[in-house]
Amino acid sequence: MSNLIEIRWHGRGGQGAKTASLLLADAAFNTGKYIQGFPEYGPERMGAPITAYNRISDTPITVHSNIYEPNYVVVVDDTLLDSVDVTAGLKPDGAIIINTTKDGDELKKSLKNYSGSIYKIDARKVSMETLGKYFPNTPMLAAVVKVSGIMSEEAFLEDMIGSFKHKFAKKPEVIEGNMKALEMALKEVTKV
Amino acid sequence: MGIRERLSGNEAAAIAMKQINPDVVAAFPITPSTEIPQYFSSFVSNGQVDTEFVAVESEHSAMSACIGAESAGARAMTATSANGLSLMWEMIYIASSLRLPIVMSLVNRAVSGPLNIHNDHSDAMGVRDAGWIMLFSETNQEAYDNLIMAHKIAEHKDVQLPLMVCQDGFITSHSIENIELLEDDVVKNFVGKYKPEHYLLNDKEPIAVGPLDLQAYLFEHKAQQAEAMRNAKKVIAEVAEEFEKISGRKYEFFEKYKLDDAELVVVCMNSTAGTTKAAIDELRAQGIKAGLLKIRMFRPFPAEEVAEVLKNAKAVAVLDKADSLNGCGGALFEDVVSGMYVSNIHVPTLSYVYGIGGRDTTVNEIKTVYTDLSKVVSSGSIDNPYRYLGLRK
Repeated sequence: MSNLIEIRWHGRGGQGAKTASLLLADAAFNTGKYIQGFPEYGPERMGAPITAYNRISDTPITVHSNIYEPNYVVVVDDTLLDSVDVTAGLKPDGAIIINTTKDGDELKKSLKNYSGSIYKIDARKVSMETLGKYFPNTPMLAAVVKVSGIMSEEAFLEDMIGSFKHKFAKKPEVIEGNMKALEMALKEVTKV
Repeated sequence: MGIRERLSGNEAAAIAMKQINPDVVAAFPITPSTEIPQYFSSFVSNGQVDTEFVAVESEHSAMSACIGAESAGARAMTATSANGLSLMWEMIYIASSLRLPIVMSLVNRAVSGPLNIHNDHSDAMGVRDAGWIMLFSETNQEAYDNLIMAHKIAEHKDVQLPLMVCQDGFITSHSIENIELLEDDVVKNFVGKYKPEHYLLNDKEPIAVGPLDLQAYLFEHKAQQAEAMRNAKKVIAEVAEEFEKISGRKYEFFEKYKLDDAELVVVCMNSTAGTTKAAIDELRAQGIKAGLLKIRMFRPFPAEEVAEVLKNAKAVAVLDKADSLNGCGGALFEDVVSGMYVSNIHVPTLSYVYGIGGRDTTVNEIKTVYTDLSKVVSSGSIDNPYRYLGLRK
């Protein structure tokens, strides 16, 4: 299963990392892939560190365990860099994508022995400019699609309109802002 | 035509229930099965089903309401997990001894205590002798398919027993994965209408349900229950054949994965079977003859058939996701070993207790089981048959 892509999400309860992993699974599913999207449930409380996972493959996926050697890691909250070993098992040819305003040197220092690719995005800025509120998961979703190349940006955006229409059926006024957040995030994510 | 979808295991179970459109659903929420009655209640309020949804005040009441409904002549379903099933305990036995074909979606979770909301099979193992047919499901797909087949099995005139469909809490219940659904009318035609032979609301035939049953008859009634459970095997096979015709998906008492020429065999149930398949693929690439026997039908237990397919193995490991705390192996281990013994088949067999309270089980850990098995084969000695997998030292 060399085409298998494994992604691990680190966030804090309430930031939507789980939702983002499910939306990513959705988008990949819609491009014809086999997918898994699942959170690692712990004591569920606002602000506690949480982990969520994605497997995306061209062939059926049978493994049912957490992901220990991901291709990509997404960090939705940079305060986790000090408390969680976010790069644990991350494949050397993979990448980590961090929501942060810290500069590259600071990030490298935080990530200690990690020598792989680092990408960053200021998801707060994207979210505040497009949604007027801090929902970091939408920008991070776009960022991981961009970095991993799981699907084309066009296919992703087209699919997400449908997903948001479904997800926000009861508050359609937020769909436009979320789409803008995705578009802006695709441009804002940069390699450190 | 199948419908390509992506659903969690709980969504899959709820959609199966929607397509079955039972007369009554009575349930009380408990993690990790809560979503099933939650989704189902929205189908009720949206008018997508005709079901009478009874929001009861406890699981004991949920099973009692299902018993009342089914006795009256209705088709009844419920869903629960762990301590919810524990609270149903009294009524679980009554449902089966009254020969009521109630169908339950059991989302497996550790029974307290201490409190743990995560997956193991201690809830299911607690009711293994309660007279329910028990089908286990590796994936959301299997949880869905087993539910679609459930009523046809349970309601068959030679069976008339309640049936539970198990799947792993969180691991499949909360994981979004690909699934192929059947169309509503295909399910409706397949499941058919429930036509009970005897029921309380039949004014042509007044009957009593569940009266006193003392020395004179209880023994005979229990023997009939046991006979019904034996009959269920044939019916489960027949229904699976019919199901294959509408779905293209083949179900047997168990799934054999690369088993035919396997020397080292793991036996397990539910989601770990998928992880084991991945381990087998890696080991086969190294030339190791590893195989899997995934038990789908745990009650009735296919003892003879299991013995038959294991007879050529050089060593077997049975993985139990519940500890029977009896000092001599898990429940599945006991069934497999006694099945082999009765068939006069003697293959070295190890018991592993694993995954308790949601402890994650990885491909690499499963590979260590095969390594253990190959050591048993090369040394010709078992040493300790009662082992743990994934226990911290």
